Amino acid sequence: MTNAITTTARPAIERRQLNLQQQRVRAAFWFLAPMLVMLFLVAAWPLFRSIYFSFTNVTLNNLYAGEWIGFDNYLSWRTLSSGRTIWRGTLVDPAWWNAVWNTVRFSLVSVTIETILGLLVALVLNAEFKGRGLVRAAILIPWAIPTIVSAKMWSWMLNDQFGIINDMLLNLGLIDHKIAWTASVETAMVAVLIVDIWKTTPFMALLCLAGLQMIPRDIYEAAKVDGVHPLRVFFNVTLPLVRPALMVAVIFRMLDALRIFDLIYVLTPNSKATKTMSIISRENLIEFDKFAYGSAQSTLLFAIIAVFVAAYMWLGKLDLSGEGR
Amino acid sequence: MANIELRNVRKSFGAFDVIKGIDLDIRKGEFMVFVGPSGCGKSTLLRLIAGLETITSGDLIFDGERMNNLVPSKRGIAMVFQSYALYPHMNVFDNMAFGLKLANSTPTETRKRVEKAADMLQIGHLLDRLPRQLSGGQRQRVAIGRAIVRDPRVFLFDEPLSNLDAALRVATRLEIAKLHHDMRDVTMIYVTHDQVEAMTLADRICVLRDGVVEQVGTPSELYERPNSLFVAGFIGSPKMNFLNGRLAGAHGCHTLGIRSEHIDIVDESAIWRGGVIHAEELGSDNYLFVDIGAQDPIVVRQAGKRQIPYGTKIGLRPVADHLHRFDERGTPIR
Amino acid sequence: MTIMDTIKSAGFYLAVAVIVLVAVFPFYYAILTSFETGTALFEVNYVPSSLDWSNYATILNNGTFPRNVLNSLFVAATTVAFALFLAVTASYALARVRFRGRGLLLMTILAVSMFPQIAVLAGLFELIRFLNIYNTPWAMILSYTIFTLPFTVWVLTTFMRDLPLEIEEAAIVDGATPWVIITKVFLPLLWPALVTTGLLAFIGAWNEFLFALTFTSSETTRTVPVAIALLSGATQHETPWGTIMAASVLVTVPLIALVLIFQRKIVAGLTAGGVKG
Repeated sequence: MTNAITTTARPAIERRQLNLQQQRVRAAFWFLAPMLVMLFLVAAWPLFRSIYFSFTNVTLNNLYAGEWIGFDNYLSWRTLSSGRTIWRGTLVDPAWWNAVWNTVRFSLVSVTIETILGLLVALVLNAEFKGRGLVRAAILIPWAIPTIVSAKMWSWMLNDQFGIINDMLLNLGLIDHKIAWTASVETAMVAVLIVDIWKTTPFMALLCLAGLQMIPRDIYEAAKVDGVHPLRVFFNVTLPLVRPALMVAVIFRMLDALRIFDLIYVLTPNSKATKTMSIISRENLIEFDKFAYGSAQSTLLFAIIAVFVAAYMWLGKLDLSGEGR
Repeated sequence: MANIELRNVRKSFGAFDVIKGIDLDIRKGEFMVFVGPSGCGKSTLLRLIAGLETITSGDLIFDGERMNNLVPSKRGIAMVFQSYALYPHMNVFDNMAFGLKLANSTPTETRKRVEKAADMLQIGHLLDRLPRQLSGGQRQRVAIGRAIVRDPRVFLFDEPLSNLDAALRVATRLEIAKLHHDMRDVTMIYVTHDQVEAMTLADRICVLRDGVVEQVGTPSELYERPNSLFVAGFIGSPKMNFLNGRLAGAHGCHTLGIRSEHIDIVDESAIWRGGVIHAEELGSDNYLFVDIGAQDPIVVRQAGKRQIPYGTKIGLRPVADHLHRFDERGTPIR
Repeated sequence: MTIMDTIKSAGFYLAVAVIVLVAVFPFYYAILTSFETGTALFEVNYVPSSLDWSNYATILNNGTFPRNVLNSLFVAATTVAFALFLAVTASYALARVRFRGRGLLLMTILAVSMFPQIAVLAGLFELIRFLNIYNTPWAMILSYTIFTLPFTVWVLTTFMRDLPLEIEEAAIVDGATPWVIITKVFLPLLWPALVTTGLLAFIGAWNEFLFALTFTSSETTRTVPVAIALLSGATQHETPWGTIMAASVLVTVPLIALVLIFQRKIVAGLTAGGVKG
């Protein structure tokens, strides 16, 4: 912005004058400031405090009385006089690793099935047929229902004695005795997966549909004229073209799945088979009065998700900022 | 009203230089057209004058006053955009009055000025309409009206005709020419990539290429005495014929240029001979494409309507004092 | 060939029917259950067999449910209004002003919206205790900002980016400051986007469970999801399925109605938030 030849008058006045770009940047700063302050207050600061708590031994009732204990909530060991070493902390807690395993299993299975089903539903909805609008409206219903409500609805339908699902399966002859879907250890995860897939497939389908509709129709017509088999068209044309949209949808869903809490809290409370990282950290934080220990677990969850996002963005070279458009 | 001076004006976006040092004087009340191929920097130059982009270095001076750091609304300019850029939710009156209201003009004064401009453009009956209820031509008039209402000292046009269809384009071009006659003391700067628009509207034309000025002059100066091979090829329709190699060497130059209307069809004393490979009949004129062994066929304007069958061998002779000779660097040899 | 075509189209419509049935049936069954009491509740019906409003009467007249609905409305509406207010100006800055670090800022905002909420629970708990708003609606309004604000900023930024540049430049030439551009020029054009974004944020706030569960301690301050989750019957072992379903239907029907009315806009909003990568 320096001018070598400022021969004309009024340099003094000019110095105080901001040009358009400078004026806009200044306005942008004031426009962003309230939002940034707010995000700092509700996100950055609490996150920092949570991480801090994980290195202390504070309790729920006295958040300020704790002292710094380093990594003890994560991992610590003590060698007894007998020579035996006792390990303690979240990282050697079988309940924690059970939760990690549950969360990962749930996320991978649910997102995979949702992606496949979502793509299938989107393909159906992408075809021209009478009443397409109605069908699209119908699949929005599961999405619109609050998670808690759908958990309750399904736990009623999956009820062991009076549930309609058992009744249907019995009538169809697929099972010979009633199953305690939500209570039994073997089926609890299946029940959670059913409900989650039912509720979130519409979201996937809508995102896939939006991706599909961006593909120009004449590509299909050209393929048809050339007599390419529809399956080959799908794998060689459709899939590569919706891949970017699909990638974004998958990461959004994956992040959502990794932090799942409410569905499991209501549908299969206290079932060891479905306890996830979010559930177990909240248990420790609020219910078991192991506030600092719970903080350590929530911090670990945060770290896992952060690593996952970083890896995904790095591997996928994903431009989520939308700047590249 | 304003005398505009540009002194070594430069603009770069990051490491990319768009405007590479432009010196230009635009006289008070003049109609100046910036013309050039896409990417030559003509729109950027206009936006620098408007103040929508910040000048990287150099000076922009209106009537002796440096404008570099002044916001657009303080420069006394008005601008007509390619896409009209009307506010879609405001009716025509509010569209035209928006700037005045922001400048705290009184309601009576605002109404007076809007109505005067509307009458001038014959859009008085449209004041209550929304932009979406108007045709393309009407929208462009409103956009011009909005600019007039600001009572600017500099009027800026950024390709205002390129969204209109061919017929409307000619009519609106006439409208803008009339506006220039009516507002004699307002300096107008007009950007286009269409050299016909430039030739028909301009008092003077500034041909830009890769961020530098190629030539500034009146339309006839540019047409008759192009300063470079580029200007010679850019101005005029059909394009000037260029001959290289042996054909040019015969006239002592690297490239020989000759316009289609400066070639006579002759039987004897022909300098070039060749077969007619195509003919375009435009009604008033016929253009013959003749293969004389050069890289491209040579285009010849044929007065009258004598039919020359395809494949006929004819002789051509350029009018001697309308030959344009250029050296290897594209500069004219005079 | 014609037989093949018939089979194909029959198969297609079968797929459509299955999709619709699976999507709609659970809610249909909830409605069915909500009209049943006593022993009728414990017999499996596929078609309506009774039309008994007593579950609705129970939920509306007894207990704190109406109060919970009001809580939810207040919390969701306030959260959304607050988020939109902050997001409109912020998204203008992010979408339309060139400045250094803009891409990084956008990524940060997106990252915050994908936060696992449990990761800030402990810190938020402390903050809410410190501000002395535990067990009040303000606890929820404050904590919901963590997901509504980034979401609204993000979606509005994508909408704001699509507004034509020349209109803004015309306004600049007319002498409009950034504030005037937002309020007088862009806001009137952004109404549809604001409605969509607001609605999506509202649904998010209305459905939130983890914070509402953690930051309330009495029945009268609960929001609807918590109230439904913790609804208990006369005895410990008897789940009042009829009233739960009645409550569920009551809070879901308006939501479904809204979603169906704004169907197209919601799809646009969801994809703006997601696909336009």
